[in-house]
Amino acid sequence: MESLIGLLVAAPLLGAAVLLCGGRRLDRAGHWLGTALAAVSFALGAVLFFDMLGRSGGERTLHQHLFSWIPVEGFQADVAFRLDQLSMTFVLLITGVGTLIHLYSVGYMEHDARRRRFFGYLNLFLAAMLLLVLADNYLLLYVGWEGVGLASFLLIGFWQHKPSAAAAAKKAFLVNRVGDAGLAIAIFLMFTTFGTFAFGEVLAAADGAGEGTLTAIGLMLLLAACGKSAQVPLQSWLGDAMEGPTPVSALIHAATMVTAGVYLITRSGAIYDAAPNAQTVVVIVGAVTLLFGAIVGCAKDDIKKALAASTMSQIGYMVLAAGLGPIGYAFAIMHLVTHGFFKAGLFLGAGSVMHGMNDEVNMRKYGGLRRHMPITFVTFGLGYLAIIGFPGLSGFFSKDLIIEAAFSAGGVRGWVLGGATLLGAALTAYYMTRVMLLTFFGEERWRHRPTATPAEPDVEPAAGRGAAAPGRASGQTAGQAAGAAAEPHPHESPRVMTLPMIVLAFGSVFAGGLFNWGEAFVHWLEPVTRFEHPHPPLPIPVITGATVAVMLLGVGLAWLQYGRRPVPVTAPRGSLLTRAARRDLFQDDFNHAAFVSGGQHLTRSLVYLDHTVVDGAVNGTAAAFGGLSGRLRKVQNGFARSYAVSMFGGAAVLVAATLLMRAV
Amino acid sequence: MNPANYLYLAALLFTIGAFGVLIRRNAIVVFMCIELMLNAANLTLVAFSRMHGNLDGQIMAFFVMVVAAAEVVVGLAIIVMLYRSRHSASVDDASLMKL
Repeated sequence: MESLIGLLVAAPLLGAAVLLCGGRRLDRAGHWLGTALAAVSFALGAVLFFDMLGRSGGERTLHQHLFSWIPVEGFQADVAFRLDQLSMTFVLLITGVGTLIHLYSVGYMEHDARRRRFFGYLNLFLAAMLLLVLADNYLLLYVGWEGVGLASFLLIGFWQHKPSAAAAAKKAFLVNRVGDAGLAIAIFLMFTTFGTFAFGEVLAAADGAGEGTLTAIGLMLLLAACGKSAQVPLQSWLGDAMEGPTPVSALIHAATMVTAGVYLITRSGAIYDAAPNAQTVVVIVGAVTLLFGAIVGCAKDDIKKALAASTMSQIGYMVLAAGLGPIGYAFAIMHLVTHGFFKAGLFLGAGSVMHGMNDEVNMRKYGGLRRHMPITFVTFGLGYLAIIGFPGLSGFFSKDLIIEAAFSAGGVRGWVLGGATLLGAALTAYYMTRVMLLTFFGEERWRHRPTATPAEPDVEPAAGRGAAAPGRASGQTAGQAAGAAAEPHPHESPRVMTLPMIVLAFGSVFAGGLFNWGEAFVHWLEPVTRFEHPHPPLPIPVITGATVAVMLLGVGLAWLQYGRRPVPVTAPRGSLLTRAARRDLFQDDFNHAAFVSGGQHLTRSLVYLDHTVVDGAVNGTAAAFGGLSGRLRKVQNGFARSYAVSMFGGAAVLVAATLLMRAV
Repeated sequence: MNPANYLYLAALLFTIGAFGVLIRRNAIVVFMCIELMLNAANLTLVAFSRMHGNLDGQIMAFFVMVVAAAEVVVGLAIIVMLYRSRHSASVDDASLMKL
């Protein structure tokens, strides 16, 4: 069985190699090859899963040692895999959701000339992500980590002819590099402290190391997690990453890649357990991000960006849970899996809507689509109910458990975290209801009304919106001009796209309940992540009731605002907070002011320094020698008598020197 | 007579020759001045030979005369050729030896 583990990674890697090197002759069937290899990987994962179920809790971990990568005295880096319950969960999520999204992409990318290449990148991503979760040491994990970053870069910038997509890819890559530097430093620290970076040895020895070192390692790992999982302060790339094709958003930026940070924190649990300060920072990052994402999500009119903000927020929940220690690890992973289902489903639904609406992403130009896209509406709706935590659906179980664990953090901390998670739940309900109402309910705002758009009193002038979203504002006016000719004809997507959405909708509905059946999921993960029962200061039914109550409150507020009243097609100016949230709470402005402009000034002054000092020294030396030679050349005047003078002079000097020496 | 006087005379002749080389433009005169310097050197050699009481200096003087005679042959030939080609015996006119 061990020998199958490597094949999990090898299958999609083979697909990537064949598709990317195979050339145009694979254009006709390449997408099916990519999908088939993803499915092979999933089948292998399923075989290994059932094999694992057949063994008892303590013996479920499998190891496969492929070869020694860097065997040097005192430094042992192996290519070795470790398949335990935690990796298994990720393998099934990645390959399962991955295969569904491959299938969906067959339909979604049908008219793209570079579809074969797209599937090559998707396979490359799967291989890198599987390597990340299967690695048995931090160095190999780093390889997968970088591979995921590369695949993400390639996929975000897949439509490279759009400058905005190219810029978004670059931004994602750069922000991720900041986190990667954190991971690299953490690995260096581990090696100097423990002399190894194999999971087993590092985590077993973690208790013995000094708390200061462990805190440093923990914070560096957190930085890495922040980069990959789009947590504050490295969150700014996720919204722009929506420039990529929608299946990419679903696969990478909702279901798998962004969860790598949560995996890293959970995997390194032993380090965090011994470093309470680092754990506190993890919790703070999680809480801040979950509110940050939720607030941003409330203001976005772009359906994908609203979902991206929601992803950020939900991963904030997971990071927060992972920061709570043994009471939270299992819940973090559980929310991760259920989130993988419903968020992938939501993104695929958004893609299906865009597919039917001529790639329009502005939700204010949707409305009333439930009659035109019934399957998308139902699957999206189930995903929606799951994410807001409607009782009985997946999100309800996993989110409720995290809220209970947050309350159990103890003392004031517990109340603050619990309050934050509850507020987050209310905001989630609000912005998701808003997405739902704007897209599927209300009047059909995409139809051209016979009278021109009635003047809305509180419309923000176009220039003001331009500042908020430069690309969108011009696109909107252009779209309005062009839209006069072509009214969209919303239609249901082909079956190859709706099938994955239906499967994911089933996951969104039933996964949570299934996992929570007799705490099955928690017991499954317990040997790897350990588990302690949370003891919240309030009775559990009270917390559950509060969760449901704030959820209903959020839904109600959104309905009052967007369900009862007609929605203006052009966004109103909005309050100060709305405008700030539309600009992602000034994250880009902050980054620009704090880092970009500083960096630009630094480069400019360095260029100036280079031109004046370095080049000046070189050119100055050359000029000095040139001038000197010019003068010296005058000595060679061609007059024999002047040469004679120098000869006589030289002879006189020699004689004088000789005499002087003799006198001394 | 004090042999040192010959040395003074030689120094005087050498100086006159040197100044002649530096100051005069006519190649023939410059050439004559060079001869003057050579003979001043010969006089020194002979004077030192007398002062030290051996013949080394005198033998050396013969060598110098031989070399000077050979030099005159070559040098005068050059000057004549120069005069033929340029119609001038001025050393400053032949100033092509420069960059």
